[in-house]
Amino acid sequence: MSDKDRNQNEKAGNSRRTFLRNSGLTVGGLVLGGAVGSLFNVKSDSNAESADHKNMVSSSNPNQALMYFTPDQFKTVEALSETIFPKTESGPGAKELGVVYYIDHQLAGSWGLNTREYMTGPFYPAKAVPEQGYQTHLKRQQVFDIGIESINAYSTKKFKKKFQELEKEDDKIAILKDFEEDKVKLNSSLSSSFFFSILRSATIEGVYADPMYGGNKDMGGWKMKNFPGHQASFTNVLGKDKFVAMKPQSLNAQHKM
Amino acid sequence: MATTLPKTDIVLAGVGWVGGIIAAELTKKGYKVVGIERGKERTTEDYYMAHDELRYAQRYEMMQDLAKETVTFRHNKKQRALPYREWGSFLIGEGVGGSGLHWNGQTFRFLPYDFEIYSKTVERYGKDKIPAGMTLQDWGITYDELEPYFDKFDAMTGIAGEPNPLPGSPQVKYPNPPMMETPVTKLFKEASKKLGYHPYHMPSNNLTKNYTNPDGISRSACQYCGFCERFGCEYGAKASPIVTVIPVAKKTGKFDVRTHSVVRRVIHTDGKASGVLYVDTRTGEEYIQPADVVVVSAYQMNNIKLLLNSKLGTPYDPETGRGAVGKNYAYQTYLGKATGLFDEKEFNLYGGAGALGAQIDDFNGDFFDHSKLDFLHGATIHITHLGDRPIANNNVPHGVASWGKEFKEKSVFYANRSLQIKAQGSSMPWKDNYIDLDPTYKDAFGDPLLRMTFNWKDQDRNLMKYMGNKSAEIMKEMGATHVNKGGDDIADYDIRNYQSTHNTGGVIMGADPETSVLNSYLQMWDCDNVFVPGASAFPHNSGYNPTNTVGALAYRAAEGIEKYLKTGGSLV
Repeated sequence: MSDKDRNQNEKAGNSRRTFLRNSGLTVGGLVLGGAVGSLFNVKSDSNAESADHKNMVSSSNPNQALMYFTPDQFKTVEALSETIFPKTESGPGAKELGVVYYIDHQLAGSWGLNTREYMTGPFYPAKAVPEQGYQTHLKRQQVFDIGIESINAYSTKKFKKKFQELEKEDDKIAILKDFEEDKVKLNSSLSSSFFFSILRSATIEGVYADPMYGGNKDMGGWKMKNFPGHQASFTNVLGKDKFVAMKPQSLNAQHKM
Repeated sequence: MATTLPKTDIVLAGVGWVGGIIAAELTKKGYKVVGIERGKERTTEDYYMAHDELRYAQRYEMMQDLAKETVTFRHNKKQRALPYREWGSFLIGEGVGGSGLHWNGQTFRFLPYDFEIYSKTVERYGKDKIPAGMTLQDWGITYDELEPYFDKFDAMTGIAGEPNPLPGSPQVKYPNPPMMETPVTKLFKEASKKLGYHPYHMPSNNLTKNYTNPDGISRSACQYCGFCERFGCEYGAKASPIVTVIPVAKKTGKFDVRTHSVVRRVIHTDGKASGVLYVDTRTGEEYIQPADVVVVSAYQMNNIKLLLNSKLGTPYDPETGRGAVGKNYAYQTYLGKATGLFDEKEFNLYGGAGALGAQIDDFNGDFFDHSKLDFLHGATIHITHLGDRPIANNNVPHGVASWGKEFKEKSVFYANRSLQIKAQGSSMPWKDNYIDLDPTYKDAFGDPLLRMTFNWKDQDRNLMKYMGNKSAEIMKEMGATHVNKGGDDIADYDIRNYQSTHNTGGVIMGADPETSVLNSYLQMWDCDNVFVPGASAFPHNSGYNPTNTVGALAYRAAEGIEKYLKTGGSLV
């Protein structure tokens, strides 16, 4: 940890203590339990904070905050997306690329609320054939809520731990496979494979969408694929026999107003 | 109570390619045209942030708002039709310019065979070659008759292309030279030539050089930026109504476009239309726009919907085969393809243009002998170099899962090493593939949605299997390390996965009022001041993109409308 980071952490720790004190949730310096206590994971010594805590709160990127997920949902989806798109020799995984922030932000808006889709009833999810597509009355926010809940329940039943607490990669893969193959029953309006398919596509989107959406951190997804992002012209490149690698550019480069 | 507006000469329901062409042609002649468009005004400046795969390609920025209106779908009459709730198999554009904004620009003329498909099939193979239930019919017009209108569309848009080397194919002289040769198109051409086929550069409506068209409109050349299909072109290099016909119509001062307005009814009595009823969606107010001629110029499906909800023409009855509105719905058989993964080669796949590609027509139309084949017509087999955007393109060898470590490693490795050969197959009409009104689901105004009853037939499955084999044959010749072949084991039509926005039929043209809705001027048999040009007029769909043929029919209709305004009555 650099000194600069440490200072920021300490400052953050102080302000959290100030918040807790001012909000009347501490009694004689003792933090009360419950949601807020576990959320902030407050220890008397800010340097002893868990690594998790630092990742969530100390980032200097203002885009990294939550619009939809609870902290616990955040952790589950972060672990799920990393299982779908893991860190490997060829580059960063979903966690490092901030995919979970992307999914969180997408769920908070039009996509999560299915605002540009036909969501008028009657709904017949059980009678539909798969080729008829999306037929549940549930919006994507609810699909994720139920999906996350179910995946943790299934994980707890199988391995006595929530999904994000699983240590073995194989256990995580086994759970996701069962979801993908519809081996887990969620409810009559939502199948586990349907949740999986949305989770998978959202993860891929978060890896490769323009970084302004919160994922693809530092264009790390594009760099892996040698995708140059937004460029004005490839007229001088496309006819070439050799592969031409270029420094990628996000839409931010276009935004000169 | 609807407000009645001053009368105009011509009113358009929808301002895309068809509406734009008719507006340009008739305002130039001095007629007043009012265009009613459900979406917003569009200009090239709207595409300042166009290189955004998520917004445009994955979230469908340019498409209609499905919350307001969609279609329902079922495979057959035994199933319950359910709404197409999110975009999948096809994408319908919205706004001034319509689907002519987000297209790729692949621009082909249908074949002489297409326009006389019934007669030519019977002539060569006998009547028995046409299977029971296939409602194949001639178009009531020939290629030769349409040729001058094709030429007009080509010149107006500035198509870039080269002659098709296949013996017997129509020889077209394009106004601009073909798009650039890339290692991808070159490899495809070499391999298919070696196999005895006739490759050529795909005719493109992405300009290859700065071009001034006969209307005096100048546009600049394509930059191969790789964001074409589902995107608007910020350069105006991709031909679209907003950079060609619409400005021409507006310049006359006789074209009035009313955006954010949806036509709900064509008003008519005793075989004569008096105008349209529309709603301004920004105020919620209803208006009646009286006109001498009504042109139904929306997307194919919306044309059918407007006719059915207006009780114009006779709805098709699949039991008796009577009536024609909703008949001969056809699509595109596009699943016979081959993906090749190259371990030893890397291509500059991140860039490209929507219509940068090479293809062979050897297996389209009736260029090959069908005597011993279990399908009619065929497909064009092409390779494109249109920009492989990273969310949508994640090719891995067959057998690798779609997620996890191996998926990630392989999809990253093959990002610039995957090529796809696709066979764009024709789609024949069937007695029980049709469109009618849904009895349950409604649009935002309370009008019934359309109901699509459609499934693949053995004709389609056999065709796609055959074309998948041909595509794989070429891909192997190109030297791919792994070839993933499509087209085998096709079961039912799946509306979830994007295939093609080439929906056709439902308001078909023909020579006989009993079996068609329109005559060869796209004029309704039952109501002679209503014209319905568009892909809805196709009695079947060919193995080519439809826009060029739609454009030619629009020019033909423009001529018909002028004739009608001068003489009145049925033009045929």
